[in-house]
Amino acid sequence: MSHLLEVKNLDVKFDTDEGRITAVENISLSVDQGEVLGIVGESGSGKSVTAKSIMKLNPGNTSYNEDAEIILDNENVLQFTSKQDLKKIRGGKVSMIFQEPMASFAPAIKIGAQMVEQLLIHKNINKDEAKSISINMLKRVGIADAEKRFNQYAFELSGGMRQRAMIAMALSTMPKLLLADEPTTALDVTIQAQVINLIKDIIKEYQMGVIFITHDLGVIAQVADHVAVMYLGSVVEKGPVNEILKNPQHPYTKGLLQALPDINNLDAPLSPIPGNIPSPLDRPTGCVFRTRCPHHNPEGKDGKIEMKLIEVEPGHWVDQCGIQCGQNG
Amino acid sequence: MGDNLISVNNVSVNFDYQENFISKKQKIHAVNNINIKIKKGSFFGLVGESGSGKTTLGRAILGANKISSGNVIFHDDERDYDLTNMNKQDLKEYRKKAQLIFQDPYAALSPRMTVRDIIAEPLEVMKITNSRQETDERVRDIAAKCRLNIEHLRRFPHAFSGGQRQRISIARALVSNPKFIVADESVAALDVSIQADILNLLKQLQTELNLTYLFISHDLSVVAHVCDVVAVMYLGHIVEMGPSRELFKNPKHSYTKALLSSIPSIDPENKSKAIELKGEIPSALNPPSGCVFRTRCPDPSDGCKQGEVEMGLVEVSPNHWVDQCCVNCN
Amino acid sequence: MEVSNQKKEAYYTATQMQLVRTRFFGNRSAMIAGSILLFMIICSLFADFLSPYDPTIKGRDKDYENGAPQIPMFWDDNGFSARPFLHTLEKYRGADTNFRWVYKVDTEKRRYVYFFVEGWEYKVFDFNINLPGKILDFKIPGFTFNTHLFGVEEGGIHIFGTDKAGKDLFSRTLSAIYISLAVGTLGVFISFVLSLIIGGISGYYGGWIDSVLQMFTDAIRTVPPIPLFMCLAAFAPLEWSSELRFFFISCLLGLISWPTLARRVRTHLLSERSQEYILAAKLCGASSTHIIIRHLLPSFTSYIIVDLVISFPYMLLSETALSFIGLGLREPVNSLGVLLQNATKADVLLNYQWYFIPVFFLVVLILTFVYVGDGLRDAADPHKVK
Repeated sequence: MSHLLEVKNLDVKFDTDEGRITAVENISLSVDQGEVLGIVGESGSGKSVTAKSIMKLNPGNTSYNEDAEIILDNENVLQFTSKQDLKKIRGGKVSMIFQEPMASFAPAIKIGAQMVEQLLIHKNINKDEAKSISINMLKRVGIADAEKRFNQYAFELSGGMRQRAMIAMALSTMPKLLLADEPTTALDVTIQAQVINLIKDIIKEYQMGVIFITHDLGVIAQVADHVAVMYLGSVVEKGPVNEILKNPQHPYTKGLLQALPDINNLDAPLSPIPGNIPSPLDRPTGCVFRTRCPHHNPEGKDGKIEMKLIEVEPGHWVDQCGIQCGQNG
Repeated sequence: MGDNLISVNNVSVNFDYQENFISKKQKIHAVNNINIKIKKGSFFGLVGESGSGKTTLGRAILGANKISSGNVIFHDDERDYDLTNMNKQDLKEYRKKAQLIFQDPYAALSPRMTVRDIIAEPLEVMKITNSRQETDERVRDIAAKCRLNIEHLRRFPHAFSGGQRQRISIARALVSNPKFIVADESVAALDVSIQADILNLLKQLQTELNLTYLFISHDLSVVAHVCDVVAVMYLGHIVEMGPSRELFKNPKHSYTKALLSSIPSIDPENKSKAIELKGEIPSALNPPSGCVFRTRCPDPSDGCKQGEVEMGLVEVSPNHWVDQCCVNCN
Repeated sequence: MEVSNQKKEAYYTATQMQLVRTRFFGNRSAMIAGSILLFMIICSLFADFLSPYDPTIKGRDKDYENGAPQIPMFWDDNGFSARPFLHTLEKYRGADTNFRWVYKVDTEKRRYVYFFVEGWEYKVFDFNINLPGKILDFKIPGFTFNTHLFGVEEGGIHIFGTDKAGKDLFSRTLSAIYISLAVGTLGVFISFVLSLIIGGISGYYGGWIDSVLQMFTDAIRTVPPIPLFMCLAAFAPLEWSSELRFFFISCLLGLISWPTLARRVRTHLLSERSQEYILAAKLCGASSTHIIIRHLLPSFTSYIIVDLVISFPYMLLSETALSFIGLGLREPVNSLGVLLQNATKADVLLNYQWYFIPVFFLVVLILTFVYVGDGLRDAADPHKVK
């Protein structure tokens, strides 16, 4: 069965005043229909850049490598250059929801008008049909008084409601793939729980593929089926969520789990990962994690080991440097 | 008052609000009738979501917000300071002893001052040191405690990452040798791996320097790990307060229970659904009468729904206080 | 590795100003504009030295009125000369020219251009201000020089040609640039002081003081500037000396344009006031003075410099417009507007096109200011600092 989305060997570099920055290196991911791929990483990990690459939303100074492929529905998105083709993906086959809901909605246009506009671009329907689809979607995401809200502006809604409205807008075109970039990070924890439940229900109902980006491992555990852990632009470990969280192999993943305060285990000490995340301008050669890795494998520390994912269990891939230093350190 | 450092007695903080020139004046009831005793050496956690009033309360305790009614007493070794009744000299003294660590490591440091100057500023403003040499020594001392090197002192904030900047903020708060620190969402903006580092640093400094913390956060897991006493706030009221282990193992208030159940569990097999709270948090301009939580409580009693039950904390087990409305409802 | 560590350290210890400067120097168009601007400013400061003729009526060349530009050459039919020269001109009138005076070029006679020649006298650092009231008069006797960069022994050297009275356009242009810049500088200075005070008080204290001052500021802003200029300028009596007029026009410009700058100062202050590091300073008990001097003033110095540079072109244009319609500076004082005024007649377009040369300089001056201002604004942009 072919995947809904397959990313192969993606490199993303930015040309800036300070030089060429590698944001993402050699990423390979895949998402199937009805499946949630969680991408976990801290700041600078490149998770947002990866998601935006799928819709070619990165800024103008971005360059992709030649042999990278992003295959969506059997077409390579990276080859698209015409506006027509890109329009089909953006909002049509792929929809994105963001961390800051105010950023999605134009402040001076009513929400309903924006939702209708999006529908009219992607679907061959008239205004009335678009309006009724939008209102139904608003109801579906749990917004009471949907007709009233349809005619309101974004600032008239509270944070949680705005996020729901954004989800409604993203889903109204029935995309095949949903990209969720930190959708719950800015929300209160009780609202976050509501929104997560909503997303889970919607995934079950519409059977779309979802890429869920977050730094919160708890949210990943609840929402994702598969996880990719990213650090400084590379995937260091990926696999089924149970495997990764219960049986992490890479020192970074282990470090993240140990640094997390777990409310069910108040006696466990918080052990931070030593050092600081290097700046993207100083991206270490070889294994990117070597400057902070607690293990002492001399070859790894010198950057002699290239990064490459190795399958340690069925479906569970770990970067080879992480495996080797685990054996020696 | 024995070993209490801060006594907050019936404190309310209200803000005037007027939409524009001609609409009538309204009051934002940010903080209502709070009673807290913070013991010396404790790591007191104040938890709540947005709109709970926790930041307002924290800043009121520091004297940055005007207290509308009630008082806050700071029990120093020699004497007590009453925040609502202080002259300028007393306020100056109090400022040396109580400091604030901000949330946003990027906005809290002036981009135009070197790290050394940022940390030295409180010393210079409060005239704690008499010579530049003394200031420098003090700055180096506290910087070393916060794990900042000497080279770092010459640099400007733009050279540092979020975690390092937070350490600079901490150093600045500690340089005047305070006894009481309010940490307002101090780790919220940091990555998980750095967050643990800063929390460990705070704990270490507490033992080294004999500090008392008021730790304000929306993140229950963090609070559960570092704090010894926790108070849960909702819409300007404390709904539950007690020793942190006790509170998180046996929450009694419906809001606390809902909060705890909303935390997504790291265990993927634990797919228990969170207790859903209906609706949104009401506006502080017009809080519900009686128990403010009644509009979202999953299981309110009839009397409570009408707003007939007044709020007030009752002690259900030693040092574990719960708002009486929930005690009656359950 | 060592070099990059040094570079990194330099970046870490660089003050805000140094960062701004580095970014500005990296902006090529701003640097080019800046160099041209600097060159023009220096030339204007040395206007008298560079001008072979006195730009006022005293320096007019009766033998060469409405004359075309004379460009020194190195080469003609008679061969190459390392020293640039001009051909001699003879005034000639005859039947074949319809009895109009024309100039015939005699290519045999050469007049060589010499450098550092002696010419008309000019004073440097000489201030002789005659304002109303005896107190404001002051005189500073300056230095008198008479050396000029270049000149010729006989005849004239008029690189940009001459006007109707025979005044050398090159000299006039240089002095016009100087005067226009001087008026602009004074106007910007007055406007800056006023807006700093009013915008500063407004932004720092907020509340009702802010509301009242803002209403006042807006009231002045809503008055349309050109009619206002015209009315006020028309009040200036004709008897006023040229220096007095100069001051008057500068003050006028400053007084009319301060509201825009004041608004910017106020906005900067309002946004900086609510920054967290200000609250941190307040929580240490810092006084208002300390906060203003240590935090607020440095924070918007870079913005204010940008605003000042950008308001220069407006000053220049306003002064040019005023002088152009006759309400600003007048003869004998030169400004670019005064020079432009001479270019309005029809036969200028047909016969004496060199009268338009000052226009070119005005455009270049304004464009360079704009580019430099834009470059500074990009360099000082806070969003790029992270």
